[in-house]
Amino acid sequence: MGLWSTYKLRLRRKRYLLRARRKARQLTSVQDHTAQIKPGDTLLVCTLYNEAIRMPYFLRYYRDLGIDHFLIIDNDSDDGVMDHLEGQPDISVWHTAGSYKAARFGVDWMNALQRRYCHGHWTLVVDPDEFFIYPFCDSRPIQALTDWLDAANQRSFPAMLLDMYPKGHLTDQAYQSGQDPLEIAQWFDPGNYTISTNPQLGNLWIQGGPRARVFFEDVPKNAPALNKTPLVKWDRSYAYASSTHSLVPRGLNKVYEEWGGEKTSGILLHTKFLDTFTEKAKEEAARNQHYAGGAEYAAYAKALKDHPELWCEWSEKYINWRQLEILGLMSKGSWA
Amino acid sequence: MSVGVLLLVHTAFDRAEQVARIWADAGCPVVIHVDAKVSGQEFDAFKAALSDLNDVRFCQRHKCVWGMWGLVAATQSAAEVMLAEFDDVRHVYLSSGSCLPLRPIDELRAYLDARPRTDFIESANTAEAPWAVAGLEEERFTLFFPFSWQHRRWSFDWLVDLQRRLGVKRKLPEKLVPHMGSQWWCLTRQTLSAILQDPRRADYDRFFKSVWIPDESYFQTLARLYSTQIESRSLTLSKFDHHGKPHVFYDDHLQLLRRSDCFVARKIWPKADRLYQVFPDNRGEEVNQAGPNPSMIDQLAAKATKRRISGRDGLYMQSRFPDPHFESGVTAAPYSVFQGFSDLFEDFESWLALTSGCKVHGHLFALDRVEFEDRAPVYRGALSDSARARDYNPKSFLTNLIWNTRGERQCFQYGPQDNQANNWLMAKDPNAQISVISGAWAVPLFKSNSNFEDIRRDAAWMQKQEAEFLKVLRSPWIKAKIRIWTMSEFVDAPVEPLQVIVDEIGTYPQNRLTWLPKMTDLTGFGQFVQNLKNQGMHPHLLGEFPVDPQQPSPQTPSRRPYLVQ
Repeated sequence: MGLWSTYKLRLRRKRYLLRARRKARQLTSVQDHTAQIKPGDTLLVCTLYNEAIRMPYFLRYYRDLGIDHFLIIDNDSDDGVMDHLEGQPDISVWHTAGSYKAARFGVDWMNALQRRYCHGHWTLVVDPDEFFIYPFCDSRPIQALTDWLDAANQRSFPAMLLDMYPKGHLTDQAYQSGQDPLEIAQWFDPGNYTISTNPQLGNLWIQGGPRARVFFEDVPKNAPALNKTPLVKWDRSYAYASSTHSLVPRGLNKVYEEWGGEKTSGILLHTKFLDTFTEKAKEEAARNQHYAGGAEYAAYAKALKDHPELWCEWSEKYINWRQLEILGLMSKGSWA
Repeated sequence: MSVGVLLLVHTAFDRAEQVARIWADAGCPVVIHVDAKVSGQEFDAFKAALSDLNDVRFCQRHKCVWGMWGLVAATQSAAEVMLAEFDDVRHVYLSSGSCLPLRPIDELRAYLDARPRTDFIESANTAEAPWAVAGLEEERFTLFFPFSWQHRRWSFDWLVDLQRRLGVKRKLPEKLVPHMGSQWWCLTRQTLSAILQDPRRADYDRFFKSVWIPDESYFQTLARLYSTQIESRSLTLSKFDHHGKPHVFYDDHLQLLRRSDCFVARKIWPKADRLYQVFPDNRGEEVNQAGPNPSMIDQLAAKATKRRISGRDGLYMQSRFPDPHFESGVTAAPYSVFQGFSDLFEDFESWLALTSGCKVHGHLFALDRVEFEDRAPVYRGALSDSARARDYNPKSFLTNLIWNTRGERQCFQYGPQDNQANNWLMAKDPNAQISVISGAWAVPLFKSNSNFEDIRRDAAWMQKQEAEFLKVLRSPWIKAKIRIWTMSEFVDAPVEPLQVIVDEIGTYPQNRLTWLPKMTDLTGFGQFVQNLKNQGMHPHLLGEFPVDPQQPSPQTPSRRPYLVQ
């Protein structure tokens, strides 16, 4: 990598940070418990819009995992999400009516909060429908992982998005607030992921899964990216470049081994495909606030009409992280 | 009283206190070294917390940086206090705040009482047994290392490089033979005091101050001078990963640790509450006299290291994405590629499936769709039969298929009309078995009902495609198992090639092929070839076909009609 491109990346990082500062003005603090954050705490940052129904399980899951503080950006929800967040000492909330799209799909807001509150903390950035798993997550809290990463001088940790879906029509089973969404969305595609590298930022670009198979069969290039680096020991000079798919400085994206070995990695179980999705797809298609002009949601809305089932004969039923390890979707690396 | 414990502590003071109490409660005197980097406030609190214990001492504090002399200095200071203040101590056990005794201390004491003269210190001659963590083996002793590898990496590397170029080679003090081994030892008073009271100690110390990672070589080397009986192993279970970082134990290791019969383990995660609750533990037995047997944990560590260094062959995923130039393990398992066979034989796929017991696909890289076995719309791993999805990343498609089906050999048809993107990948893949009947693409053209002008054009194009593929297969870089016949050669004697292939890949043990696939009727093929030639398209990959129409009969291979002039 030449000096000039290094310099261009530096400018790009500065630009993201500047944007973050500008977009931070759109955020109004609703509930500020950030004084509770202690050195060494593990933090979670999340942007949401009308996801109240998911909140109870989401909070329980991540509290059990060992998250110490939640930093939540509410993008003008009108479904009473605050009922679940209000008064909780480990949750701070910001409200914004600003455009999700203009804030680069929430990234600017999150970069702003992270710059301000997450410096020096291991920080997990997830959506309300994403559940982070990592090797030994059933027996070791997230601090075990972050302590180990610290000892290994590793600043970032990858977790590919794995789309989960139910068997049968999406609307067959109704999701109840507080329920584990994996009870419904139990299935996933085990081995149809395509990978290429992004030479500029050095991250992998992973596509595939049910969305590529069903919604983007004819335009595989447009299938959503699944590579994510959601867990980072944050520094105020860092910024997410495009969602949590890539970061600057680019060294943070080098979470894979190129010479044969396996580095440690996790998975984000993506439970978007519940009965709530059909409604959401319509809503989001109308809101037109998503990536590529909301083309993704338009594709869903269209395909959902005549192609109702994501499940196929070779779908795999989710058991635990060890299963995903054996399938080669994640790896223990040298963590034993 | 026979065992004294030196405890090196720099963090997690609550656990260090707990461990100090375990030792002290069992009647072992403890001398604690606290890293000089720890603040006075924390140190005082820690000291106060242990003030109720009589046989606990704190020694002079040194600044400890990984790989530097401070750790040895700390050990020396603690050992001096131990030897001076506790006369009854016969064995001195070097341990740390993140080490946890797994078995009752009495068992350790009994074990040492039975071996009163033995020094337990891992000590390997560096010249004879190169140490596990690669790089800088001999040079640890012959170069100077004033910079910390951890904190001043650039200076460290620069100076090593410079010294190499200048040919720096320090002389070892007389009589010293460099030995290395685990930092965690248990030495007898005799040996330890001999090391500490040696009149030449100042010389040795000066030398080792510039050695890299002296805590792994100082006592290990000097013990060789004085010990009468060295048992070259550590009583502390401690494993390292490929970066030289210690493996950490968590609650889920409880059973493994318990079964290891090791006396002490490191490093324990400070928040592993269950381990700190359970150990030391006597396994419910009266007296356990077994010696340490950490083989299961050794395996666990060896597997982890192997996974991190070489990983699983043929796996491409978010944290393992081998560079395109990384040549080993392109795919996960052996597979077979057949070019021309299904053109020449009418029932080749079903015949091969039955004869070999393998999974047999059609043309996986056909232009219109992926022809999976039984033409399934989705296959293992939820691979779609969409040609577009496949052509978006043909390499991923093939490596995914082979990964998803490991344990079952995959065979597929291939041809010049298919997507050729993986030609090099397959040719350079030792897992690929590629069999080509060159020119067999002419058979479907011969059978087709197209205009001859179209046939001629298609033939020319396919011959060109196939020639490209053959060129790849004949390059010097190939690693696949490759067999090529011209069509005329193959038609002439089809039994032996088929036999060889089936023998190589078949899952059923068998002697001779009992039946052969049905070769398509080639009556008039010679004339067809001649017509192509007459039109100026020379099908050179087919081999020689005489115009004389004669049907070859594979069932009776002794007849060789095409050899008749």
